[in-house]
Amino acid sequence: MNEYLLDVQDLQTYFKTRAGYVHAVDGVSFAVRSGEKVALVGESGCGKSVTALSIMRLVAQPPGEYAGGHILFAGEDLLAASERTMRSIRGGQIGIIFQDPLACLNPTMTVGKQIAEGLQLHLKLNATEARRRAITLLEQVGIPAPEQRFAAFPHQFSGGMRQRVMIAMALACRPRLLIADEPTTALDVTVQAQILELISSVCEEFGTSLILITHDLGVVAGIADRVVVMYAGKVVEEAPTDELFAHPRHPYTLGLLSSVPRLDEARRNELDTIDGSPPDLLHPPSGCPFMPRCTFARAACRTMPPLIPLPEQSTHRKACWADITNPEEQASAQRRQQARRAALQTATD
Amino acid sequence: MVDTLVASKLLLDVRDLQMYFPVTKGIVLQRTVGHVQAVDGVSFGIERGKTLGLVGESGSGKTTLGRTIIRLYKPTAGQVFFDGQDLAQVQGAALWRIRQQMQMIFQDPFASLNPRFTIGTLIAEPMHIYKTGMAQEIRSRTEELLRVVGLRSEYMDRYPHEFSGGQRQRIAIARALSLNPQLIIADEPVSALDVSVRAQVLNLLQQLQRQFHLTYLFVSHDLSVVRHVADRVAVMYLGKIVELADRDELYLAPQHPYTKALLSAVPIPDPQIEKKRQRIILSGDLPSPFHMPRGCRFHTRCPMAQSICREIEPAFEAKMGHEHFAACHFSEQVSGAAPQA
Repeated sequence: MNEYLLDVQDLQTYFKTRAGYVHAVDGVSFAVRSGEKVALVGESGCGKSVTALSIMRLVAQPPGEYAGGHILFAGEDLLAASERTMRSIRGGQIGIIFQDPLACLNPTMTVGKQIAEGLQLHLKLNATEARRRAITLLEQVGIPAPEQRFAAFPHQFSGGMRQRVMIAMALACRPRLLIADEPTTALDVTVQAQILELISSVCEEFGTSLILITHDLGVVAGIADRVVVMYAGKVVEEAPTDELFAHPRHPYTLGLLSSVPRLDEARRNELDTIDGSPPDLLHPPSGCPFMPRCTFARAACRTMPPLIPLPEQSTHRKACWADITNPEEQASAQRRQQARRAALQTATD
Repeated sequence: MVDTLVASKLLLDVRDLQMYFPVTKGIVLQRTVGHVQAVDGVSFGIERGKTLGLVGESGSGKTTLGRTIIRLYKPTAGQVFFDGQDLAQVQGAALWRIRQQMQMIFQDPFASLNPRFTIGTLIAEPMHIYKTGMAQEIRSRTEELLRVVGLRSEYMDRYPHEFSGGQRQRIAIARALSLNPQLIIADEPVSALDVSVRAQVLNLLQQLQRQFHLTYLFVSHDLSVVRHVADRVAVMYLGKIVELADRDELYLAPQHPYTKALLSAVPIPDPQIEKKRQRIILSGDLPSPFHMPRGCRFHTRCPMAQSICREIEPAFEAKMGHEHFAACHFSEQVSGAAPQA
């Protein structure tokens, strides 16, 4: 009835604080097909992790609140599901990996037991079968001597190996969806390459869909089929990976892509920058949240633009009134940036 | 004679620096059971007004090296010549005097600024400690420093929590500049910042370098950032520098398999390139610095390792021209042949 495995519609997750509501996720919509790898990209505080936690319904209530929207997983609305259903979905149908594996593993339990626990709970395996499956899983995620490592404790593993254990655990029950929330941010570059390779290959092998959450556009380029760019609790652009990197259509995406130094390009003397800093979500600007930092801003931006497909490319959606490919608009954006920098200069002189 | 000539060009000259930390056992009767060789025989120099990028994975000893140079630790052995003076030997008042020439910028501006002080106090504190002038002079210098790093001088009486991450790092930079230092050791200065703010801070650091003729030791795990800021790059692995070369040469013609693997592991934000790339995936993790591997330290993960690598530690010697150093028995093969040996 629905071609999507996961369909997030207008999700709103707010946090109540003494100073008012923080609109952490503010009308986020995106979908994941079966077997597809989707990346959620954005800076810290843009709501990408809260989106992931909302899908698992793990946002603590209070202070969190699901203020609106739907999360359809295989046709069922997770926001309306019973706690009992959620328990079978978490770890059973949807697996999740977090940034810091040491914080997620129980330090007093052997890693083997922790993997087997999920298998016994969800698949109703007996202890011997669960142990056998756990050892196979450890082997599949590339842990040497899995029989011996089954009885090891988390502190006896290195960071990369712990992340492998987390992957084994998340995939133990062959979930239909894996959510990886900054899985390599705490790891070194050489280990990051190993782990990304592993996540990508096990997802393909098991036919698992993937939501990869990251702030690193480089990581996205190598692994995702589609990219969803978030800013200040909203989706600002969404496109197939090749399309997004080749033809970004939102000024924020464009700014992100051109402000990172890249090893494959000639070295520039000065990096392009996005002026200002991300907004305070307690007092978000009305209208488009990127407006205060945007050089393409205009009066229309006081109303939040809808996330709609481009006329020429239905799989590419953006939430922006401007057409950043228009040379006239580019020229006036450049003038505006220069004027703004000059004003800043005089303010600090 | 030659030595003094070289020394005048180099602001910092580190020779065979070692920093070992004892590992003790027992609570009452502590005995040393071994050492962690965090920095183990490191030599390099930085010319005045230039930037040396120090790259390595966590645990490679890059942060310890930075801290040992600035004498936050007393080195186990070796020399650190700063402006011709050996920092490893100076103590007390002499060390205190020379320290104002060297300042540090830390990774996390949320941790490095005291939340109970206004930023004016924070920036002025080094000047009060070193008594650089009257209160009024210090105040106007603080205002000037804020403007130099791109903040308004009216912000002086605000507290750190009122600023975003990027602004806080600017405040930390202003404080580092307050004593007119010659050398700044920046330890992962942009790693904790948002992607969209990183470029601003990197541009600022470069602009300040030109403006005040600063010398930087830029410590980072991010090879793309280091290529952007550094003139010369040192790659560290397990307490040793394995390769040291001018920026372009290191990135174009790496002579050490570790450098080559690091470069191939850096993700590039372009799906077309990522699809075609041949990655050298290093197996395993960094060995424990408490149980250092014999021979070449990298042999446990090196795709090119031969039996000689397990026995004999390669010398850190000049390759391809005298300014490019690497410690590898097979460096000729690194730049040329495929890495699968």
